[in-house]
Amino acid sequence: MAAHLDALHASLRRAVGDSACLTRPEELFVYEADGLTLNAAKPLAVVLPRETAEVAAVVRACREAGVCFVPRGAGTGLSGGAVAAEGGVVIECSRMDRILALEPGDRYAVVQPGVVNAELSRAAAPHGLFYAPDPSSQAACTIGGNVGENSGGPHTLKYGTTTDHVLGLELVLPDGEVVRLGGPAGFASGYDLVGAVVGSEGTLGVVTEVTVRLTPLPDAVETLLGVFPEVVSACRAVGGIIRSGLVPAALEIVDRRTIEAVEASVYAAGLPTDAGAVLLVELDGVAEAVAGQAERVRELCREAGASRVDVARDAEERQRFWRARKGAFGAMGRLAPDLYVHDAVVPRTKLPEILEAVCAICDRHGLRLSNVFHAGDGNLHPNISFDRRDPDELARVVKAGEEILRTCVEAGGVISGEHGIGTEKRDYMGMLFDDADLDAMLRLRAAFDPDRVCNPGKIFPATRFCMEANPRARGYDRVPFE
Amino acid sequence: MTPDGPLADVYAGTLDCVHCGLCLSSCPTYRETGRETSSPRGRIYLMRGVAEGRIPLGAVEEEAWLCLGCRACETACPSGVRFGSLLEKTRASVPRRGWAGHLEAFALRRVVPHRRRLRLLVGALAAVQRLGLDALGARLLPRLRESQRLLPPIPPRAQRAPLPPRIPAEGARRGCVALLEGCVMPELFGPVNAATARVLTRNGFDVVVPEGQGCCGALQAHAGDASLAAGLAERNLRAFAAARVDAVVVNSAGCGAALREYGDWLGAPGAELAGRVRDVCEFLDEVGLAAPPGRLEARVCYDDPCHLLHGQGVGEAPRRLLAAIPGLELVPHDDAAACCGAAGTYNLTQPEMSRAVLARKLASLAAAAPDVIASGNPGCLMQLRAGALGAGLRARVAHPVELLDEAGVAGRERP
Ligand SMILES: Cc1cc2nc3c(=O)[nH]c(=O)nc-3n(C[C@H](O)[C@H](O)[C@H](O)COP(=O)(O)OP(=O)(O)OC[C@H]3O[C@@H](n4cnc5c(N)ncnc54)[C@H](O)[C@@H]3O)c2cc1C
Ligand code: SF4
Ligand code: SF4
Repeated sequence: MAAHLDALHASLRRAVGDSACLTRPEELFVYEADGLTLNAAKPLAVVLPRETAEVAAVVRACREAGVCFVPRGAGTGLSGGAVAAEGGVVIECSRMDRILALEPGDRYAVVQPGVVNAELSRAAAPHGLFYAPDPSSQAACTIGGNVGENSGGPHTLKYGTTTDHVLGLELVLPDGEVVRLGGPAGFASGYDLVGAVVGSEGTLGVVTEVTVRLTPLPDAVETLLGVFPEVVSACRAVGGIIRSGLVPAALEIVDRRTIEAVEASVYAAGLPTDAGAVLLVELDGVAEAVAGQAERVRELCREAGASRVDVARDAEERQRFWRARKGAFGAMGRLAPDLYVHDAVVPRTKLPEILEAVCAICDRHGLRLSNVFHAGDGNLHPNISFDRRDPDELARVVKAGEEILRTCVEAGGVISGEHGIGTEKRDYMGMLFDDADLDAMLRLRAAFDPDRVCNPGKIFPATRFCMEANPRARGYDRVPFE
Repeated sequence: MTPDGPLADVYAGTLDCVHCGLCLSSCPTYRETGRETSSPRGRIYLMRGVAEGRIPLGAVEEEAWLCLGCRACETACPSGVRFGSLLEKTRASVPRRGWAGHLEAFALRRVVPHRRRLRLLVGALAAVQRLGLDALGARLLPRLRESQRLLPPIPPRAQRAPLPPRIPAEGARRGCVALLEGCVMPELFGPVNAATARVLTRNGFDVVVPEGQGCCGALQAHAGDASLAAGLAERNLRAFAAARVDAVVVNSAGCGAALREYGDWLGAPGAELAGRVRDVCEFLDEVGLAAPPGRLEARVCYDDPCHLLHGQGVGEAPRRLLAAIPGLELVPHDDAAACCGAAGTYNLTQPEMSRAVLARKLASLAAAAPDVIASGNPGCLMQLRAGALGAGLRARVAHPVELLDEAGVAGRERP
């Protein structure tokens, strides 16, 4: 084994150079986790390529050595996607951070996968454009990771998720072949393989280049802050706004516990700490239209029970509100050493009752719950603060998580809005998909990665692993993978 | 689990990190290397790993010293991780080795805290510079090249004289402040201290320069020598305790950030002093300039010293002051909030990373093409000056109070 490992390290060094290949124990140790610290697993090596050709060389080296590999961006993923669940080599894309082209006229950009989401919008801003998907982690997460998870963000409500903004991809297939899918003009004919790769969590190959759509910055933006006595009335306001036919750019709810944590942090924005919840409503478009819509939103908030509705006075205050919203997860670190960020989507009309059910579940398990979520999409993020060193608490967290997901699914929802399945939720896939559904997905996967070497151990339930390993095998025996 | 091995004292602090990664892109060493290991989150993970006994102590050594200690990660961290303090405690457990470590320890223990020895050393260096021996030495001994490049021309002896103990306010008296002279400041940046005193007195403040004050202990603390730092802090505590002043004004960002931590180092009396500490720009911005400044025609890039922006949370005040100078055009530049790579003695001990970090900043400065680069910290002034020179930028490098001083003089000359 040691000899094999040395040979693998040597061939990886040949592929990317000495300084781009990490093999020391402490280096591998820090790569054992991503944004989710549970399910940690150490890789055999980490490589940091700069070019597509280096990625292809790494993939070929892995194939020759018979080890699997895992693409990684910034490791902010919350479902364990970038962790080497079954060992293997982590292909860290952080050094592939160049914007290769920015075409304001045709409104697209071509970027390497390691470009940080916020950097892309910053580069596009002088041209009056931005990259619309804006995960709360956008200051750190990468376009490659966004493609992997089909990430969304507060502004998904109006602008859609990553998949709506990716026009083309360059992909290193699991056999080391490089293919181009789609392009600036979008896909014209044939299968939409770009759509298949977006959201595939790094299981279909390593994305080495992304062509993304850029969106014109809106003419006018208005951000309102509705202050509510409790979360449920804020949810009612969301229902009212959606029913009225308005299409806000964002509708986000932040509950009291979250407000308290954020206001204690560097991202404090002056949110009212005595409110039960606040609803952030962003409207954008043509100035006159926005002004009219803002008036309507005010009324709807009041009708739903808002004690007051503030407006961001200027761009700076608006940014402060958003920084507070986006710093919310991290701020929860003030409550306990660990945070379990759940992610589920439910029909918007059912938000109030589901939230109550979620609270009840956490109360029953004696867990600290906070909620900050994309209310407009019905995308819940029940966050549970805990301490992974306490095995009993950890067990309760996992139990409660499962109950929460089941409740959401029973209400007609799904088990992930934007954070992906990874290792975290693979065993819950059965709640949502039956055997035929999962088999269809596995066959697609097998078409790209017949030998199951590209980010194995993700998405599909552990009980299906033998089937995943050999998709030609029929019979679907439920044999747990060793 | 309460670990009792090495790094037990940082353990609780590492638990504040929820591993969200929001700090990654703000970290200069991560931006440079792309390595999780060289990111704030990675370093905290290593510290926690050591404290929990999962990895040996030696595993954090390299990263503890590759880290700049710039604390940009603190400004980015929603969870309130106190990275600077974790780093100092970690460094104490893995002292720097080799010749660099010995030399640094010697300098920080035996020279810097002793005003007279420092004067002697700087005097000798001035002579070396006058005779051109520094260039010669650097040619013969490549190891000296970095230090030779960095050291600014040492001001003539007259400008290295200490400030008088009390300088009265000019015009209507608005209050009284004490000034921290610093250790290196009077020797290498005497004119900045003089400018600071002039700007303060011209704005109606008596300036006292308490006797018995000295080195603030920042460099020693960053190097992991907490007890030496605390000793120096106590000396300052005694010197400033007696001064009945509105504020203790500091013009070196590194010293100001350290003074603000005296509470952690010395308990309640330290906290009392820390509470009165103000950076000079912060103070002037708070009290407001007594008279509008005179004209100064210049394109100026303000560059944030890490220990002002991240260490003390002061970023807007210097910009507001500079922008108020008629004729002065404040030009933003992309990389203003990132470390310049000086980081105390980092540019001497980690020259490669220091240069890489500086290169990014210089590129961003070159794009903005200023006449003046303004920054309020001696280490940054040296680093930026050497960097600008090396990159062929024609910009002058100055402390913001020097510009305020010049504008003030211009204001006075107005009919
Ligand atoms: C504080 C915080 C807030 C967040 N907010 C949001 C939010 O609002 N919306 C949201 O959708 N998510 C959010 N997330 C989750 C996370 O940030 C996103 O999933 C993000 O897209 C991950 O990007 P990354 O660069 O960190 O990717 P990683 O975590 O490194 O990887 C994510 C997945 O993509 C794959 N991958 C990475 N690079 C490539 C590549 N080049 N080719 C192929 N596959 C690749 C990986 O294998 C993995 O499966 C948040 C996370 C945190 C910590
Ligand atoms: S102090 Fe600076 S260099 Fe060190 S981890 Fe924090 S941001 Fe990075
Ligand atoms: S931002 Fe703070 S909590 Fe998040 S990873 Fe960095 S240090 Fe940890």
